[in-house]
Amino acid sequence: MSIDAPVKVTPPARKITTKPRVSDQIFRAIVTTFSFSALLILSLIALFLLSKGFTTLKEQGFGFITNFEWSVFVDENGVEKATFGLQAMLLGTLVISIIALVIAVPLSVLTALFLTFYAPDRVKRILVTIIDLMAAFPSILYGLWGFFVLMPMAEYWAKLIHKWLGWIYIFDVPDPIYTRSPFIAGLVLSVMIIPIITSVSREVFSQTPLDRIQAAYALGATKWGMIRAVVLPFGAGGVVGGSMLGLGRAFGETVAVFSVLNIVFRTNFQILFTQGGNVASMIIQKWGEAGPSEVSALMAAGLVLFILTLLVNFLANYVVTKTVKSGR
Amino acid sequence: MSQVNYTNQNGKLMSDQPKNTTPSSLSDVASKRAESKVAGTQPLGTGLEARGVHAWFDKHHALEDVSLDFSAGTVTALIGPSGCGKSTFIRTLNRMHEFIPHTSMAGQVLLDGKDIYESGIDVTKIRLQIGMVFQKPNPFPSMTIGENVLSGLKLAQLKVDNQEDLLEECLTRAGLWTEVKDRLGAHAGGLSGGQQQRLCIARALAVKPKVLLMDEPCSALDPGSTLRIEETISQLSKSMTIVIVTHNMQQAARVSDYTAFFLSDGGPGQMIEVGPTNEIFSRPRDERTENYVTGRFG
Ligand SMILES: Nc1ncnc2c1ncn2[C@@H]1O[C@H](COP(=O)(O)OP(=O)(O)OP(=O)(O)O)[C@@H](O)[C@H]1O
Ligand SMILES: [Mg+2]
Repeated sequence: MSIDAPVKVTPPARKITTKPRVSDQIFRAIVTTFSFSALLILSLIALFLLSKGFTTLKEQGFGFITNFEWSVFVDENGVEKATFGLQAMLLGTLVISIIALVIAVPLSVLTALFLTFYAPDRVKRILVTIIDLMAAFPSILYGLWGFFVLMPMAEYWAKLIHKWLGWIYIFDVPDPIYTRSPFIAGLVLSVMIIPIITSVSREVFSQTPLDRIQAAYALGATKWGMIRAVVLPFGAGGVVGGSMLGLGRAFGETVAVFSVLNIVFRTNFQILFTQGGNVASMIIQKWGEAGPSEVSALMAAGLVLFILTLLVNFLANYVVTKTVKSGR
Repeated sequence: MSQVNYTNQNGKLMSDQPKNTTPSSLSDVASKRAESKVAGTQPLGTGLEARGVHAWFDKHHALEDVSLDFSAGTVTALIGPSGCGKSTFIRTLNRMHEFIPHTSMAGQVLLDGKDIYESGIDVTKIRLQIGMVFQKPNPFPSMTIGENVLSGLKLAQLKVDNQEDLLEECLTRAGLWTEVKDRLGAHAGGLSGGQQQRLCIARALAVKPKVLLMDEPCSALDPGSTLRIEETISQLSKSMTIVIVTHNMQQAARVSDYTAFFLSDGGPGQMIEVGPTNEIFSRPRDERTENYVTGRFG
């Protein structure tokens, strides 16, 4: 081996450390504590629900999700027999949330487009205030309004829909009773989630890069053409994210749905018919007269709802990051 | 390459370029212009003419009384120190100025003798005839390279029968064809800055504008890409009118037939002097122009 062959030495990567100032360290500690406390509280809630609902989950097993019966009775020997199944409520929650989204998303996107690109300054300011106010409204007010104002109107709409589209299964009804239906609950929910979806959409639409907007206009685009070519692709991720946030709220909504929905433990996809389900409002409904075993079941239901909401949020994040990448 | 014909929604044929005025050579242009025209006096009826243009941002008077003619088939460079209103002026030429809230303008801009600010005129048609390339490359990132080039047709709801030919023609004219012909379906965001800018030029060409406005198209690019774009401009100038804002005197000298010097003495920007490029650079009439082009200020 020759001695003068140059040897190439790659140095090991250096470890770079900095010593932050004390003030910075303190601030860092505070920020870290607070952000982790959110996580802590969330886990504690989950733990609490799990511990309370554990007996039910153990007894019912997977049937807790797939059964649609909910009954407790005590036989002549004083032995309690209980069947708890959430299926009808879970599917019911999905059904009314989807109805709410189908109505709310187009309306919100159009509203957001109007506010961002068409509304004169004054109109815009007034409308934004009103919409923000809508978001902060207590849900019992939506429930009352839904019951007293919306329901009579919606009953009429439901009849019309049934008349014209009744041949489609979901718009058919077994009996002509149109009040307190998933359709009406979905309508109320849609009104409640419009502010969220609108404000998130408005936020992303307003961040559309100006140079892209100008590029479209400089090519002879009309305003609507520009919106389709530039704003919607850019904002799609945000709209999906906003919709998922809305979905999260729709899943968990309790009081408003409770006031306008006839909660029945039977799976029903005929949305105009007075029979539906919703996990959160079911919990409220059963709470008052629940015995110990049923309380455990309700807690377990709460846990299921909790997990469902988490899943939706994760999904929302995933979809947003994916679509945002392709749109920007 | 085959001839591409355009029809608008009504199926009416749109002409590609001014027919009678395309000059055969640049000296031809210069002499023709010299005999036919003193800046801003009477409408030529062809090309683009600015008449007494003023522009305001809110109350701020940014541009004062600019009259400039751009005869068909010429390249005009707009030079001047920063903030003198070059961008503002060029944006009044295709009505992009009005997109900034609370702005206003006065004067006239005539395209082939017709005022583009006339009420009742369809602005989108104007912008179709007067294309623009911006300082920062701004392709649509959600579209592929091919879709980007054809996006103008879609936006303006124009139909062409032979999209493939048009695609190749525009990319070739923009000097990008050989680099992207194998990846027309790739997203435009994957191109380099210089390629993106040439893509934007191709996109602007696809709607067959009569005039192309370029606001510092090379300022974000490396020397190689700049050279390519300058070649592109020289090629294009045979078939269209080009107005280019540049801070690079060399560039102005290389690509333009005429040069206009803008200046703001603290007040609104004004057009100080316009003339054939070699005259502006060799023997300008105004002392301020001389100071600027020789690098004594600005
Ligand atoms: N959006 C705006 N709002 C308010 N004032 C503006 C705006 N854009 C430009 N101006 C003002 O108008 C004047 C002319 O600006 P302009 O952008 O036309 O200059 P320019 O010659 O293009 O400069 P540069 O060479 O730096 O691009 C400047 O005084 C500037 O401050
Ligand atoms: Mg500028």
